[in-house]
Amino acid sequence: MTEAKPPAFEDALVASAAEERVSVATQWQLMWWRFRKHRLAMISALVIAAFYLVAIFADFLAYADPHKTEAFRSLIAPQPIHFFDEGRFSPHVFALIGKRDPRTFKRVYEPDPERKIPLRFFAEGYKYKFLGLIKTNRHLIGVEGGAAEELIFLLGTDQLGRDLWSRLMIACRLSLTIGLAGVTLSLVLGVLLGGISGLYGGAIDTLIQRVIEILRSIPTIPLWMGLAAAMPRDWGVVQVYFAITVILSLIGWTDLARVVRGRFLALREEDFVLAAELAGVGQMRIIFRHMVPSFLSHIIAATTLALPNMIISETALSFLGLGLRPPAVSWGVLLQDAQNIQTVAISPWLLTAAIPVVAVILAFNFLGDGLRDAADPYG
Amino acid sequence: MTNSPILTVDNLKTYFFTDEGAVRAVDGASFEVHAGKTVGIVGESGCGKSVTALSILRIVQRPGRIVEGAIRLRRADASGKRGEVDLASLDPEGAEIRAIRGGEIALVFQEPMTSFSPHYTIGNQIVETIQLHQAVGKAEARSRTIELLRMVGIPRPERRIDEYPFELSGGLRQRVMIAMALSCNPKILIADEPTTALDVTTQAQILDLLRDIQARTQMSVIIITHDMGVIAEMADDVIVMYLGRVVESGPVDEIFHAPKHPYTQALLRSIPSIFAEPRSKLPTIAGSIPHPHNRPSGCPFHPRCAEAMPGLCERHAPQLLPLSPSQKASCFLYHEPEEVAPA
Amino acid sequence: MSERSKADAPLLEVKKLRRFFPIRKGLLRRVVGQVRAVDDVSFHIKRGETLSLVGESGCGKTTTARCILRALKPTAGQVLFQTAAGDVVDTAALPKRALQPFRHQMQMIFQDPFSSLNPRMTVFDIIAEPLLASGVKSREQRRRRVEELLELARLRPEFMGRYPHAFSGGQRQRIGIARALALNPSLIVADEPVSALDVSVQAQILNLMLDLQDELGLTYLFVAHDLSVVKHISDRVAVMYVGKIVEIAETKHLFNAPQHPYTEALLSAVPKPDPRLRAERIALKGEVADAAQPPTGCYFHPRCAYAIDRCRTEAPQLEETQPGHFVSCHRAKEIELTGVEAPGIGKPS
Repeated sequence: MTEAKPPAFEDALVASAAEERVSVATQWQLMWWRFRKHRLAMISALVIAAFYLVAIFADFLAYADPHKTEAFRSLIAPQPIHFFDEGRFSPHVFALIGKRDPRTFKRVYEPDPERKIPLRFFAEGYKYKFLGLIKTNRHLIGVEGGAAEELIFLLGTDQLGRDLWSRLMIACRLSLTIGLAGVTLSLVLGVLLGGISGLYGGAIDTLIQRVIEILRSIPTIPLWMGLAAAMPRDWGVVQVYFAITVILSLIGWTDLARVVRGRFLALREEDFVLAAELAGVGQMRIIFRHMVPSFLSHIIAATTLALPNMIISETALSFLGLGLRPPAVSWGVLLQDAQNIQTVAISPWLLTAAIPVVAVILAFNFLGDGLRDAADPYG
Repeated sequence: MTNSPILTVDNLKTYFFTDEGAVRAVDGASFEVHAGKTVGIVGESGCGKSVTALSILRIVQRPGRIVEGAIRLRRADASGKRGEVDLASLDPEGAEIRAIRGGEIALVFQEPMTSFSPHYTIGNQIVETIQLHQAVGKAEARSRTIELLRMVGIPRPERRIDEYPFELSGGLRQRVMIAMALSCNPKILIADEPTTALDVTTQAQILDLLRDIQARTQMSVIIITHDMGVIAEMADDVIVMYLGRVVESGPVDEIFHAPKHPYTQALLRSIPSIFAEPRSKLPTIAGSIPHPHNRPSGCPFHPRCAEAMPGLCERHAPQLLPLSPSQKASCFLYHEPEEVAPA
Repeated sequence: MSERSKADAPLLEVKKLRRFFPIRKGLLRRVVGQVRAVDDVSFHIKRGETLSLVGESGCGKTTTARCILRALKPTAGQVLFQTAAGDVVDTAALPKRALQPFRHQMQMIFQDPFSSLNPRMTVFDIIAEPLLASGVKSREQRRRRVEELLELARLRPEFMGRYPHAFSGGQRQRIGIARALALNPSLIVADEPVSALDVSVQAQILNLMLDLQDELGLTYLFVAHDLSVVKHISDRVAVMYVGKIVEIAETKHLFNAPQHPYTEALLSAVPKPDPRLRAERIALKGEVADAAQPPTGCYFHPRCAYAIDRCRTEAPQLEETQPGHFVSCHRAKEIELTGVEAPGIGKPS
């Protein structure tokens, strides 16, 4: 049909299959293609996904009750797993014999090569609810044995004899999720107030901008201390902490609000927005169909960069004793045990909780960078 | 006056190596610049005219790189002997090219606002340039600066010297830019779209100024523009570029009155003219400039060329060969391709 | 209203249009002055003709165009528009909501083919958006109309699923034109529609605009700084300087026999694409006046080679010197100005 009058068209514009694919690619496809090229960000995305999987299946991955204290196994060093027994695959650990050093009165442990404790997959252990729903006592690994010292200690134990590996798994859950509510709330407030500020301008804009300036001038740590003291006594530690993050997010929305306001101000001047206006498109549709998609990707990137802040502030505050406190288990709480140089010198494995903190923060930052670079495929 | 050119660009190739493949921004450009003359490089977007200028000054940004060719500048070496230096083979960060940049070859950009630092007065910036290239004291550099500002037609230069770039209008900023470029008595001034951002009456002033300065200093000018009108007003010799290749070159009168390459001919016909009848249609060039990643095979102009010869132009790339002592064109209408010549 | 609506009434009549921008300073944002971007501009456009507004940056031509489209609210003056129903409405006086029924009768073609198309929408969505806004509910109907519009703009309809990034500047400008035509407007305001395009593409777009005008009976208000482009497209030309129209006439008259010294200087400054015409230009002194603090009298007098004492004190009015030729200059009748004439025409070559 169109072949009948080829000269009428401006040009052939014959495109190869690959170009055709780019020509009809949506913004998200283009972003994905660009993001995929960012190898570090891709790896980081996988790392973060793995961390959240751990958080979801924390109880399954743990093998010892993270809260159970036992004086007879305090400060055990990480224990190696032996995978082969006389040429046969049979993972096992040696049982430990705990003795008290007569000179230092410190408990020391020695492996007993005679007593092998076999590892079992999907072994029975302490009772928990799988995904918070199904009651079970199965864990990924476990041992058959009863005595306090006849267990595995992949990462050793702490002063009170609690298994560090199991505690680390459980800590992931709290550390990785407690910030989410705060970030979500900041996000909603930031987009809403920033949007109002940028769209309406005038007196509302001035008011919101002044409020932002005041909020940004409030120092966080004293506020945190005051709030921690002001919470009702009968609240649990996690409840208090959660309440505080929510309150902090009421302050933390300001950055995002400024970004959103700036984007709205810039977009208001864009020709395509004027074109929509001249075509008689309604105000709401202009905002949600024409303006918001232009910076949605930026908001996602900003959120990705905000999450590690929440995680690191949890860790820092808990380490200082201002955030979560035992019996809650989080990375910061675990690190609290490693506060003095003596423990670190004698039992360096107590510092292992720092590794996931560093890993997840780096991963979030790399992911955020990757997303930010990919966010504007038309730039 | 010698007849040998002051600058010879020989088969220059500057490619940009992107994720999507190599973009041949300049793909075998050759031309000469003679002392005291103006060379106009004209072409549309993506023709490589600006990259050619950046290549001469060796300020092509990564992922771009000169992959082939020579840029020979006639200059006296350290001992004062006359000689030639190949700019293409110099270390782009080395001392020699830095001495040439802003010293013997100066550059004037399209957008005068972005070429100045907003934090320093214009005087500061020119004084600094002078002291960078010449061993003169601050006071002398300042008085030279005032002299330069006066030369480029800035009113009350003693006062203007202490103003910041944002206090000046676009036309005045472009004059200051030219003053800065002239501060070290360059032998060659490269003006990359020097008037594109300006209004037509200001453009006329700046073009007059450039011509006036050239007459006084006898420097060579390379003017890069998309505007055939500017070329007609300014150039002695013209280089017409399309997709990284020189398609035609020659004296300005021959380019405008006896163009040989179909692209030059079509381009000249298609520009809106102030002499046209009102409401008259223009002859057009079909299609649009291909995306650099989709460079056509053979002669890059063949898909849009009305005189393309099927089986020839899309298979073989024509060479820029002389048609007369002064004019060259790169088109099979005038040359047989080497491979199939005798048949 | 209806007694005014005559068949030969101009499609658009602008009367004493003003748009001032306040200059605010200090913490309290007090108004310390006014930029007189558009200052008492009056003109009319007949149905089916093209009027060009030309001038240098900051002369108020774009502001005038935006006031007519009501993308900006005029400070004062009337914008009388003859609607499709034959009524004449003053769009400058109507509140934004009451404007909706007439809005689609005036559309705009933008300068920048990149920023004027939303990169996140397909060509179909971009062109169909006005249709959707005007209540074309059926997707099939919209698809057919978009096809039709793309063919009008000489683009292949099968590419409507593509995103703007797949097109070149000229092709994008065609998409913008198709969008402007979607609702059958009578007036098209084109703000520098070819100045961002490559030379070889400019001609295509200009030709397309001329063709569409013939096919659809469109009326153009063409805003441009390039006098060569203006010469090709316009029936009449209005020259603006610092917020005021200084001369308005039929294209041929204005170019061949300008009567305002500023028009003469503008014409003389255009680089002619012919090296044999390297003649002495009329070089204007100084710079364009500041619209916040315009000079006394005639705004052009500090740069004018013909200025006399009267020009410094008394502001000239736009007066008709010949039928259809209006000039705002005290000396319009005394001075002999040169325009441009095609080389070789009227002379033995």
